[in-house]
Amino acid sequence: MTILAPAPEDTAPAQAPQAAFRPARRTPLHSPGFCLALGAVAVVALAAVAPGLLAHQDPLEIHLAESFDAPSLQHPFGTDQSGRDVYSRVVHGAGQSLVIGLGATAIGLLGALALGLAGGLGGRFADVAVTRVIEVLYAFPGILLALILIAVYGNSAMTQMVAVGVASMPGYARMVRGQVLSVKGSLYVEAARSLGHSPLRILLRTILPNTFRPLTVLITLGIGQAIVWAAALGFLGMGVQPPTAEWGAMLNAGRNYIQMAWWMDFFPGITIVLFTLSLTVIGRHLQRATDSGAAR
Amino acid sequence: MKPLITAENLAVSFDGTPVVHDVSFTLRAGSCLGIVGESGSGKSVTARSLLGLNGENATVTATTLDIGGDLRSATEEQFRRLRGSRIGYVLQDALTSLDPIRRVGAEVAEPLRLHGVPRAERPGRVQDLLAAAGIPEPELRARQRPSELSGGLRQRALIAAALALDPEILIADEPTTALDVTVQAEILSLLEDSLAQGRSIILISHDLAVVERLADHVLVMKHGRVVEQGPTHEVLTHPQHEYTQRLLSAVPSAHSRGERLSDTPPQPLQIRSAAIPRPAEAGPVLSVQGVTKRYRGPDGRHRTVVDDVSFDLHAGETLGIVGESGSGKSTTAWMSLALTAPSAGQVLLDGRPWSGLPERRRRGRRRRISVVHQDSLGSFDPRWTVGRIIADALPGDVPRAQHASRVEELLDSVGLTGAHAVRHPLSLSGGQRQRVSIARALATGPEILVLDEPVSALDVSIQAQVLDLLVDLQRTLGTAYLFISHDLGVIHHLSDRVLVMQGGRIVESGSADDVFFAPQHDYTRQLVSALPSPRLEEIA
Repeated sequence: MTILAPAPEDTAPAQAPQAAFRPARRTPLHSPGFCLALGAVAVVALAAVAPGLLAHQDPLEIHLAESFDAPSLQHPFGTDQSGRDVYSRVVHGAGQSLVIGLGATAIGLLGALALGLAGGLGGRFADVAVTRVIEVLYAFPGILLALILIAVYGNSAMTQMVAVGVASMPGYARMVRGQVLSVKGSLYVEAARSLGHSPLRILLRTILPNTFRPLTVLITLGIGQAIVWAAALGFLGMGVQPPTAEWGAMLNAGRNYIQMAWWMDFFPGITIVLFTLSLTVIGRHLQRATDSGAAR
Repeated sequence: MKPLITAENLAVSFDGTPVVHDVSFTLRAGSCLGIVGESGSGKSVTARSLLGLNGENATVTATTLDIGGDLRSATEEQFRRLRGSRIGYVLQDALTSLDPIRRVGAEVAEPLRLHGVPRAERPGRVQDLLAAAGIPEPELRARQRPSELSGGLRQRALIAAALALDPEILIADEPTTALDVTVQAEILSLLEDSLAQGRSIILISHDLAVVERLADHVLVMKHGRVVEQGPTHEVLTHPQHEYTQRLLSAVPSAHSRGERLSDTPPQPLQIRSAAIPRPAEAGPVLSVQGVTKRYRGPDGRHRTVVDDVSFDLHAGETLGIVGESGSGKSTTAWMSLALTAPSAGQVLLDGRPWSGLPERRRRGRRRRISVVHQDSLGSFDPRWTVGRIIADALPGDVPRAQHASRVEELLDSVGLTGAHAVRHPLSLSGGQRQRVSIARALATGPEILVLDEPVSALDVSIQAQVLDLLVDLQRTLGTAYLFISHDLGVIHHLSDRVLVMQGGRIVESGSADDVFFAPQHDYTRQLVSALPSPRLEEIA
């Protein structure tokens, strides 16, 4: 049998019998995938806040005698070319990656809000101007835009963060603008107007909160994206400089030795993959939860 | 002769939850079986189980399920052969069940393609089918997309697709819902023609009047059970089951004025409370003077949506505006609310300028005139609970400490309780949402309530309760209603005076009884005659 989403007459979800047509509500906590993802993110967050709790060795301490040691009990992820413990470097790198990911998302969002709100609320001329700005930003590949910024302002965690933030801005800006426009044209804003509320009150109480609501999900997804971009910049040698532990930079360092010491790339790489995957899983679950709870 | 369909003790459950219980019926060649019930009564599920369309998590059981062969353990393949060739299925909701990006012709050709009609023959067959379904210019229409067709034409195209393989049986699921009443009449006569050609029809509808017109035999369903069945005439004139009686009396019609709809037997309304004086000498509370609204279309040409409309609304009375979609009635309401500026003419509120003022000066007076929308859910902030929605509408001079008690009073006045304040509108039924919407409109203490199709999305028994509520409220509060509806029965039931709109103009106006019983204008006569009357005789 093919067609159905089993909700036969959905003019008005009436009382008792309709409930029978809905599939049983599954809360995210019942899903093992969601719990695993939540656990992974919690571990990374702990590593970022208190790396000393998870890794006892100094990520910067050089032991040339122990260089290129394969994974063992003493060095679970092996050691790098200078004999530094890869496991501690991955743990200590979490802070860098998380700060850059969160910071970049915050910068991207702030810029996007300014642009999107101006476009959505500022009238026709402002909207045309904002749309053009977004289109121009979109036309640049994000990574290229980030490279230009780093080329101009130099290598540092801060420029890396700003660069990724600016690169992610047009995507958010477009969504903010679209959301503002759709909320502004909604029946509930019309209803608020007909109640005689002032434009400021409608903006603060109705338009802004309803604009942000769907964005929360996208932000979760966006943080993962920002971390991948930050790692990509690190891999290209932009951003945080060695010997500071940062996942992207570690990938770059391991690249030269991949034939003899696969663990130098494998462990930071798999960490990036698992962490962003976990964020994506959480984001999707939140999305589904808000969709079933609030959409119509 | 052997019946085309025999079903005995048909039951359907989804994931172990029974939804349809113990339904038995037969369909004979050339006859029409009507299945009536409100949303959630299981009527569509019953019909779909005949086609094997209930989805993977459905379990269908029956002691007999015979459609030219036993289908109780039929495979998907057997059902697939059945669909289209023996049973044509017209899906519910004509406005959305056509694929928006496919051309209408391709949609109709789909069953032909699936059942192996050669490609070369298809365009000709499609045009014949469209023409037979009463679609003018079939050649042109076949090349258009659904968005370029009106609701009535889309419904015809769906019927054409269902009839493509000339099936013996046609299942039509709510074929006239969401269509204007004159278009509805045309679709019904198309189905009547099909019946006259010897086809059998299963007609599913919440609308007793529709079923009455076509069906020989009717099944009344409630909560997944058949509560009554028999020859249509008998069931509708001498309903045995209390539920059928309630359904029948809930339909507003020529006889129901001055009666409550939601009680059986109908109770006369209370006498209008003497405490509310009706100052006849005072001027109208709302005066619409020659308003016109023009929009510039995408082609650059101006379209006049509302053309020189004038009327007065007096304190405590109900003025009904009736018309089909696109007649300009909602735009007129929007201009009365000063949410849309008229292109010409003006609106006065309490005899003072209203539409011509800047919004800043209107804002303080907005509490005098409130609105109830058809889509009440869409008019609520999706984040808010019922209590917050109503509290948000309270005037600024109500101290915050009194909000909770005012909200509770308002909920009480619309037949809900204080406990509903913490609920989210999504968890309420359609009727309850509409009550919340009315409570919010009353929160400002308005003198005028603009009701834009407030009951159109509701089941008939819920509609009856909401209409009764509106009448009761008017009797206690003396609020004037500007009531907009496409449903002449509803308008007549509630209104003191009626305006009939067509193409942006008022074509007829007068007292409700005059317009209903002695229509002057051709269009009004057409509306009245298209109105199916379910009360064949007064219920004993």
